[in-house]
Amino acid sequence: MSMAHLVVQLLSGLAAGSVLFLIASGLSIIFGVTRIVNFAHGSFTMLGAYLTIDLIGRLPDGGFGFWAAVGLAALVAGGLGVLLERLVLRRLYRSPELFPLLATFGVVLIVQDAALALWGPEDLLGPRAPGLTGTVLVLGLRFPVYDLFLIALGPVVLGLLRLVFHGTGWGTRVRAATEDPEMAAALGIDQHRLFTGVLFLGSALAGLGGALQVPREAITLQMDMATVIEAFVVVVIGGMGSLGGAFVAALLIGVLQAFGILAFPRIALVLVFLVMAVVLMLRPNGLFGRAEPAAGSHQALSQGSFAPPGPLARLVGGIALGLLALVPLAANDYSLIVLTEIFILALFAASLHFLLAVGGMVSFGHAAFFGLGAYGAALAVTGLDAAMLPALALAPLAAGLGAALVGALCVRLGGVYLAMLTLAFAQILWSIVFQWSSVTGGDNGLLGIWPEPWASGRAAYYWLTLVLCAGAMLGLRRLVAAPFGYALRASRDSALRAAAVGLPVDRLRWLAFALAGALAGLAGGLQAFAKGSVFPALLAVPTSVDGLVMVLLGGLEALSGPLVGAAVFHGLETEAMRGTGHWRLLLGAVILAMVLVCPSGLSGVVGRVAARLTGSARRP
Amino acid sequence: MTLLVVEGLSKRFGAMVAVDRVGFTLAAGEMLALIGPNGAGKTTCFNLLNGQLRPDAGRVTLEGVSLVGLTPRRIWRLGVGRTFQVPAAFASMTACENLQVVLLSHHRRAFRVWRSTRSWYAADALALLERVGVAHVADQRCGTLAYGDLKRVELALALAGRPRLLLMDEPTAGMAPADRQALIALTRALVRERGLAAVFIEHDMDVVFGHADRIIVLDHGRILADGSPAAVRDDAQVRAVYLGTSPGGRGQ
Ligand SMILES: Nc1ncnc2c1ncn2[C@@H]1O[C@H](COP(=O)(O)OP(=O)(O)O)[C@@H](O)[C@H]1O
Ligand SMILES: [Mg+2]
Repeated sequence: MSMAHLVVQLLSGLAAGSVLFLIASGLSIIFGVTRIVNFAHGSFTMLGAYLTIDLIGRLPDGGFGFWAAVGLAALVAGGLGVLLERLVLRRLYRSPELFPLLATFGVVLIVQDAALALWGPEDLLGPRAPGLTGTVLVLGLRFPVYDLFLIALGPVVLGLLRLVFHGTGWGTRVRAATEDPEMAAALGIDQHRLFTGVLFLGSALAGLGGALQVPREAITLQMDMATVIEAFVVVVIGGMGSLGGAFVAALLIGVLQAFGILAFPRIALVLVFLVMAVVLMLRPNGLFGRAEPAAGSHQALSQGSFAPPGPLARLVGGIALGLLALVPLAANDYSLIVLTEIFILALFAASLHFLLAVGGMVSFGHAAFFGLGAYGAALAVTGLDAAMLPALALAPLAAGLGAALVGALCVRLGGVYLAMLTLAFAQILWSIVFQWSSVTGGDNGLLGIWPEPWASGRAAYYWLTLVLCAGAMLGLRRLVAAPFGYALRASRDSALRAAAVGLPVDRLRWLAFALAGALAGLAGGLQAFAKGSVFPALLAVPTSVDGLVMVLLGGLEALSGPLVGAAVFHGLETEAMRGTGHWRLLLGAVILAMVLVCPSGLSGVVGRVAARLTGSARRP
Repeated sequence: MTLLVVEGLSKRFGAMVAVDRVGFTLAAGEMLALIGPNGAGKTTCFNLLNGQLRPDAGRVTLEGVSLVGLTPRRIWRLGVGRTFQVPAAFASMTACENLQVVLLSHHRRAFRVWRSTRSWYAADALALLERVGVAHVADQRCGTLAYGDLKRVELALALAGRPRLLLMDEPTAGMAPADRQALIALTRALVRERGLAAVFIEHDMDVVFGHADRIIVLDHGRILADGSPAAVRDDAQVRAVYLGTSPGGRGQ
């Protein structure tokens, strides 16, 4: 490759980095003040892009129409940000980190369905920017003028933002709230108005970034998640709350992607995440970040004490298990299939619940380990000709090793870092599975993963699943009540105190993370043989979110929550799939309703009702 | 016998020097009060001693073993127990379970995965709660305990690792005056009975002058005075900077 090609690629990377900076700066500003990672940020970028194309069609042709559309799209995105703040975020500033993450993800799902309904599933191509359609010669090669415009725009926006934050009273108040939220509140800064303003500015930047992409590339419905993950990576590398850091990191990522696509066309994304991993290992607060103030304002996710079951609960559990074992004698194949699926989901949810509620670690990529188990088992069958049982044994092993590796990197960081890093890792794994089709079958998956003859009947496989899932969940219950579970909970309740009484907090968390991964892997292995096939969707983000929804539906404070959550979720999904095409809309609404109205889940509701009933029964 | 030796201990945060060349020694059986206005660097001193923060300069040795650069976990194992200014017991567990966890950690049993925690060190945990006078709340979750009880549970937690040095950060803050005296008297008794050394940060001057063997006054990270209560009370500099003019006045 010639020098000229390299230079053009570099410039192209800088242009992409400039747009990324606009988007990431918005995410960073919002995070700085609200301490919330807003998943919907990427949705605003996507909406900005779609709206721009839409508006250009309605406005008069020419320069005015184009730039008016860009401006309007940014304003609308800002307005939607304000709406999001008023209706959702405002209720979640102090709640556990998981809730705003999940709630804004619910918004992502709703926006996806809305965009699909409004603009259809096809990728859209917009017009080029009037007045900037030409090219210039760079070392003899043609280079778009529009990209030069973008390269210049980045520093201009950085300068303007600096001016706003250092030159205006509003900006000073935002900085004060970023540096010390408690202090700012104590000084009587009107938090609500400040937050609304910040959401407007940040979301408008996201919308502007999307609008400016229109002349550069096709607009797709996948843009939202891809954007928010990239923007988050930028913010992490640059250092939370540092605009200059975000600028440098965005350019770095833009250039890295541009060259990564040349060198490793299929795994350019992996390169980006590797860079982030290295930065986080060497400088946990990012290139330009400062140490976070120790005390976060978020509540702990769970205060659950998970007391061992009393005699009555044991009796009820034993009877239920006995009845479940007898089901194949009476039920038809369809019910057995449904129940088998529910057991598998329940184990997956239970492993995530262990991580979240007992370990206090929020993972947004738990499906990675479910998928590792499924693909591990499937590859053992297709590649190594392994029998079912060895393949099933390999599933938790592969997933556990994967989790041990990922955990080593991210349990130390905790909080939203953990959530986003696990998400990033799951994305990497997904793209590897998706791209490496010679081994994984790519989009077509792997087929023909059937149980051995002795287990291939519906009833036999049902029993096998019941034994393994119930065994694993009972084992988990035991572990939670054993010293390891207490030590882990101690680290969750107060990491500082746990370290000060000699508990190896990081090691406990790491082991818990690996164990949760291994159990998810077992569930994945069982899933592979239940369906006879595996597909990349098993480790995609929606599967991780399904897990979170099940855990939350069931309730965090009870160990039986995942089982309840899995059953309800399975029923909901089957019904909704049958009834409407709008599964994402429905799921998004369910998530929002759960987080905003009923964060303690079904077991919480049942617990409250039971407490009221027994309370009133005791009263004469 | 000298237990703890601190020399030239320093820590800065950005441009601000929070702890400035602090040095002192402490013998087993001694009760040392660390006093000074808010922001003087007292808590930071504790954070440096128990490994939560790494000093920029200085030496700390416990019976000849250097503590600088060790993790809080190692330092705890070497016999340094600590209570926190803001009580930080494990909120989801009962007082008894809190102590069981610490005892499990002390006996290196925290990674056991099968036998229920209920069966580990329950008697020892109760005995410790009994010793600090809160056996009656053994089965209450720490998240729901009254402040005074929580402070005592904290003390029991620090004792559970059989420390030789006890660091107590404002152990009596938020208590009624009579309770404060009782808690420090209890500490005093424990120090005698177990041959410990204790450093306690305290704002109540009645408590300080009533129970400390020795007092160190810290101001802007520097040691202003180090001596017996009588000597510190009469120190002109301390009076001027810290106590105002009335000995025994409140040092807030
Ligand atoms: N982790 C930290 N980062 C930055 N500054 C700190 C940190 N810990 C304490 N400080 C500052 O150091 C000074 C001393 O604090 P501290 O030791 O808590 O005082 P004291 O306990 O005597 O009231 C204060 O100005 C405080 O703001
Ligand atoms: Mg203090």
